[in-house]
Amino acid sequence: MRSLAKNPLFVPVICLGLVLLFNCVTNLGFFEISIKRNNVGNWILAGNLISVLNNASELVILAIGMTLITSASGGQDISVGACVAIAGGVILKILASKSGVPVPVAVFFGCLVAMAFGAFNGILVSIFNIQPMVATLILFTAGRPISSWITGGLSPRITNPILDAVGNVIPGVPVPTPIFVAAFCVALAFMAIRFTNLGLYAQSVGVSDKAARLVGLNPRRVKFIQFVIMGLCVGLVAFIKVSRVGSIQYNYIAKDIEMDAILAVALGGNSLSGGKFSMTGSIIGAYTIQAITTTLLANSVPSDALPAYKAIVIIILVAIQSPAVKAFWRKRFGGPRGREAEPGQNGTLPGTVPGAGEGGA
Amino acid sequence: MSFIGKDGRARGEPMSDTTFLLIITVVIFLAMYVSAAILFSGKGFAKPQMFFNLLNENAALIIISCGLSIVMIAGGIDISVGGMTALISVACVVHLNDMEGSGFLTSLLLALGIGLAFGLLQGYLVAYLDIQPFIVTLAGMFFARGQAAMIETQTRTVANESFSALAQARIRLPIGSMNNNGVFVQAYMELGVIIALVTVAALFVTLRWTTFGRSLYAVGGNKQSALMLGINVKRTKFLSHVLCGLLTGLGGFVFLLHVRSGAVTHAAGYEMDAIAASIIGGTMLTGGVGNIFGTFIGVLTKGAIGNIVRAMGLVGSWWPGITLAAMLCFFLILQSVITSRKRA
Repeated sequence: MRSLAKNPLFVPVICLGLVLLFNCVTNLGFFEISIKRNNVGNWILAGNLISVLNNASELVILAIGMTLITSASGGQDISVGACVAIAGGVILKILASKSGVPVPVAVFFGCLVAMAFGAFNGILVSIFNIQPMVATLILFTAGRPISSWITGGLSPRITNPILDAVGNVIPGVPVPTPIFVAAFCVALAFMAIRFTNLGLYAQSVGVSDKAARLVGLNPRRVKFIQFVIMGLCVGLVAFIKVSRVGSIQYNYIAKDIEMDAILAVALGGNSLSGGKFSMTGSIIGAYTIQAITTTLLANSVPSDALPAYKAIVIIILVAIQSPAVKAFWRKRFGGPRGREAEPGQNGTLPGTVPGAGEGGA
Repeated sequence: MSFIGKDGRARGEPMSDTTFLLIITVVIFLAMYVSAAILFSGKGFAKPQMFFNLLNENAALIIISCGLSIVMIAGGIDISVGGMTALISVACVVHLNDMEGSGFLTSLLLALGIGLAFGLLQGYLVAYLDIQPFIVTLAGMFFARGQAAMIETQTRTVANESFSALAQARIRLPIGSMNNNGVFVQAYMELGVIIALVTVAALFVTLRWTTFGRSLYAVGGNKQSALMLGINVKRTKFLSHVLCGLLTGLGGFVFLLHVRSGAVTHAAGYEMDAIAASIIGGTMLTGGVGNIFGTFIGVLTKGAIGNIVRAMGLVGSWWPGITLAAMLCFFLILQSVITSRKRA
């Protein structure tokens, strides 16, 4: 039991389980999946579960970037929603101005702009040593105004078969395409972590800047790269968002998604102050958030009131993970192993003094 | 204890960071305002009323920013202030409309109570459970807006005579200007401005000359050395959040006095405005450096940017946001350079 609780996936899986259990008890119809024709005549799968998977796509992609940033810099990027608005504005502007421009080119430029803004955040964080949440505050404030500046305050509507295929369904495939895009990004992220040093470097910089420098890493560059990767994620999310409806509303697109992405990272059992991370946890966390949202909406909670419920979830989660509460539980139920870990409070890593705990007990 | 708050610098050194940043802020504000008055002479920048309108519009933001500055000086941050303001506006409007005619005092108590409740809870989570202030107050912001939506999703205006009378009270000043018809018009202030100015003065004195004020600087500057000086670090942090909550309660009430309506979407982006004002006013994000008077100037600078942008003929709704962000960026980099210069 103890080793199970130590598993990094313990928290996210339990949370997801609780949400599904809640639905089992209150509303079994939540799990129904049907297949029907949409208004264009394609067969598509419909149901709450499919809609959770579908609507979580953006969140999953952002959670990948947010996990890396959190790990390396010990802070979070709160500008992602605003940057999605910028990148979406760029994609929309290019597609609307010249009808001849193919969609991939527009998306390429959208991603490029998003990566440039990511690099801006990265420079502030890595070179000027500004806390990530404050550095990204700048674009959080300016992002949506910049987006409306790019589009001139207009939101034209684009109809394009490629956009429709990406945002909704490819004709003949009954599953919404954003699910595949998200799955592709997840696969890419896992491959990057498995076959490159990306994740390892991020973690070592996050655990200790100084130690990372001593082993020959360049902490500034590592942090900077995470923000550029986040820019790429933002560009892709903007692409999905634009193609879902063929337009954007710069004041509402991806609103509050930064909060959901941070919550996904926290829910994934990751420490929000950086260091070791679990990508699987964050991704399960992202789907859990969307499941919570869909569940609440299915129970006719007004969408404006959703944040209050999510806030309670965040507070409970971080309170459980807080050192003071952990110490309290250890003192009450921890036994000898618990006491052994107490030196961790004084700055040494827990578990570095094997045997001392047994002596104390 | 005069050396505390200068971040460990010796007493003989010419200028502390607090003073240096404050001077930059004041100079920028004056330069901006005076050059605007000269460049756009037709737009009324030279009229006293223009300046007092800045105060009238930003009275609530001044009070809220002061609270935020206190938290930031103690090394924390609070982004729930905008959500709390919205919640207070909604709760007070519902209460005032139920009471008909009376209820002014009880609605003030309600506003302060909501602020205090948030301050106590967030302060406890940050100080005693050691959770990152950003995460705690992020949840606070979510919760406040969600709560406001649970109470009332529609915008509601105040229909309460005694409250409206107070909200419309104008304090005429002996200075003024000629209007187009050549009639002398006195400049006026709203009631909220008096509250804001008194708050700024009281907090200025508190931060400068009381033990609590000095310990805020000590805790924000260096937790470890504050602890060794015998300061109760946890309690100081806790109190900084409680004070910020109370001030947001007061600020929310002043906000309601100005707008006279309550809505979930009210005070959108207030947290960012307040943080920007504090930073522009010379409060360091790293803690231990800051000045309430600077915050006051910071809010005025933020308000003046909007006026100047409009006077320049940039009518797009996006310009105030972009210029404010550019300003924020400039001050953040300035702070970062100051910090790194000291470290070197």
